[in-house]
Amino acid sequence: MKLKDIIGGISRSESVKDIYISLFSILLALIIGALLIFLIGSSPLQAFTVMLDGAFGSISNIANTLSKTIPLIFTGLAVAVAFRCGLFNIGAEGQLYLGAFFSVLTALKFSFLPAFLLLPVAILGGIISGMIWGGIPGFFKAQFGTHEVVVTVMMNYIGINITSYLVNYPFKAEGWVAQTDIIPNAANLPKLIPKTQLSAGLIVAIIAALAVYFLLWKTDFGYEIRAVGENPTTAESGGINIKKNISLAMAISGGLAALAGVTQSLGVYERFIDGFSPGYGFTGIAVAVLGRNHPLGVILTALLFGALETGALKMDRVTEISNDLVIVIQGLVILFVAAPEIIRSILKRRESQ
Amino acid sequence: MEIFNIINFDLIPLTLRLAVPIALAAIGGTLSERSGIINIGLEGMMLTGAFGAVYGSFLTGSPWLGVMFACFVGLIVGSIHAVLTIKYKANQVVTGVGINILAMGFTTTMIKVIWGKEGMSGEVKNLSDISIPILKEIPIIDWLFTDQSPLTYFMLIVVILSWYILFKTNLGLNLRAIGDHPRAARISGINVTKYRYICVMLSGLLAGLGGAFLSLVQNSLFVQNMTAGRGYMALAANIFGGWNPLGSFVASLIFSFAQAIRFNMIGYNIPDQFIQSLPYILTLAVLVGAGRKTRAPEALGEINE
Repeated sequence: MKLKDIIGGISRSESVKDIYISLFSILLALIIGALLIFLIGSSPLQAFTVMLDGAFGSISNIANTLSKTIPLIFTGLAVAVAFRCGLFNIGAEGQLYLGAFFSVLTALKFSFLPAFLLLPVAILGGIISGMIWGGIPGFFKAQFGTHEVVVTVMMNYIGINITSYLVNYPFKAEGWVAQTDIIPNAANLPKLIPKTQLSAGLIVAIIAALAVYFLLWKTDFGYEIRAVGENPTTAESGGINIKKNISLAMAISGGLAALAGVTQSLGVYERFIDGFSPGYGFTGIAVAVLGRNHPLGVILTALLFGALETGALKMDRVTEISNDLVIVIQGLVILFVAAPEIIRSILKRRESQ
Repeated sequence: MEIFNIINFDLIPLTLRLAVPIALAAIGGTLSERSGIINIGLEGMMLTGAFGAVYGSFLTGSPWLGVMFACFVGLIVGSIHAVLTIKYKANQVVTGVGINILAMGFTTTMIKVIWGKEGMSGEVKNLSDISIPILKEIPIIDWLFTDQSPLTYFMLIVVILSWYILFKTNLGLNLRAIGDHPRAARISGINVTKYRYICVMLSGLLAGLGGAFLSLVQNSLFVQNMTAGRGYMALAANIFGGWNPLGSFVASLIFSFAQAIRFNMIGYNIPDQFIQSLPYILTLAVLVGAGRKTRAPEALGEINE
């Protein structure tokens, strides 16, 4: 599969105007963000310069940006796969916590395995736990017709509490901090650039994006998932098993979300830490929506948000603006992409003038 | 017997108190969804309301003005949801989630701007409880009139009034018609769009008021993400309650009972994480149980008629 095919895939499935809408949504959200900074009484120019420097100013800053991009690619892909099946997975946050914990637990409990096996087994342990946690709301939706949004939200709270219990009681390492023991070296994702946070998780993320593309557009199963997402009634009359597809799409989504936690734990912290995620699962929603639920779009958007979040940390230190402003920008982006008519009407007004 | 220490009479007033924010938002959800608009954004509307209430009380020194301010900002956020989903035909679920993320980011950013602190605001004047003379002397139901928040009574009025309007008036008949058969409603001369705007904006107002209860009655400050999923619980209560204000109220009581019982479980060597999870587990169980039994407005989420 070549990059050309992927890009071809995008231009076939989405019109060029749709990509304009994503770009204009970002621009509009950044303008409103700048306005907010101005109203707060700071200089938007300074804030954005500091952010840009924080995100790309040096090799280590770029490495940090890329490192932040990794979990967002996974959660973005997770939300995108569910979305293609017409489902809204807001549970990526809980799924990634379970994935992180159980990959670490697998690495600790299976440390007797030969070195070359330990890492893949640990990753698999994480993926399976995420698939279960994501599959449950899918199963509920398929069997009982419960709304997956509310169910996944509730399961976020429950999942985060479960891992918090496990790391505070049975698997707590010695000391004050709620964290597990450090995992064996063989279970570490190797660093791509030494002395930075950037791990081989980036490669796993890109492989996952390719796999999602292949699954959704090159296999019968993927075709079924998209058919259910586009029109369940037509899909059903075409002989597609809706219940099976809903459950499986959510399980795959959960497995992808889990990888966000797995790569953070095995690649950055080398252990599980209570409450480690700053909301990767929720940012993943913005990543998927802005990336138009396409793997390439997800990678590009994850990079943008990775840069924004890394840059915002520096902005938080240097200026008086909170890094939470990035969440405002993400929320705005979602609203603009959700309502493409806004952008269209602005563009139309421009054209007619 | 330890069980009697966990389940006791004190739970009843506490359950009612904790039900107020959920029930207010749940009825907001009922109104919005009866008009055909899914409202996932209740969480964000509640959070902005909680923030607005504290900011209003901080600015004016009057908690009542804070409550009004909460209603106002809830109305504003509700209007955003209304304009995006009705005028611009945006995906209702995506818009709701966008509103929740926006509310989370905006309120957290503004804490730092206004109070210069991370994660929580400063203390403000909160809304004090009232006791009603004479009525508070009645045995058995005396607790209902002793040390209650005025907003609790307001919530009870909202429950009854919204039920009455929805099921006993022409206004409610029209609204139910819109939720089930919008096209037919439009043909028969009902201004469907106007109903939808009013309902979604009202749902924002009610959720905002629920938020005010969290920040100005149960607390006297705003804490980052202090709604902690109550907006989603409200949505679940609305579903479990069968899109009926009375049902929503009863469902809210079930959820708040799970929250109330937590307080009595402290000190029994039960891990805090389990106690914390209880309301969410219960919400889940209730949703799965309700899934097949309740009937959503038929045209919910499909407004492009």
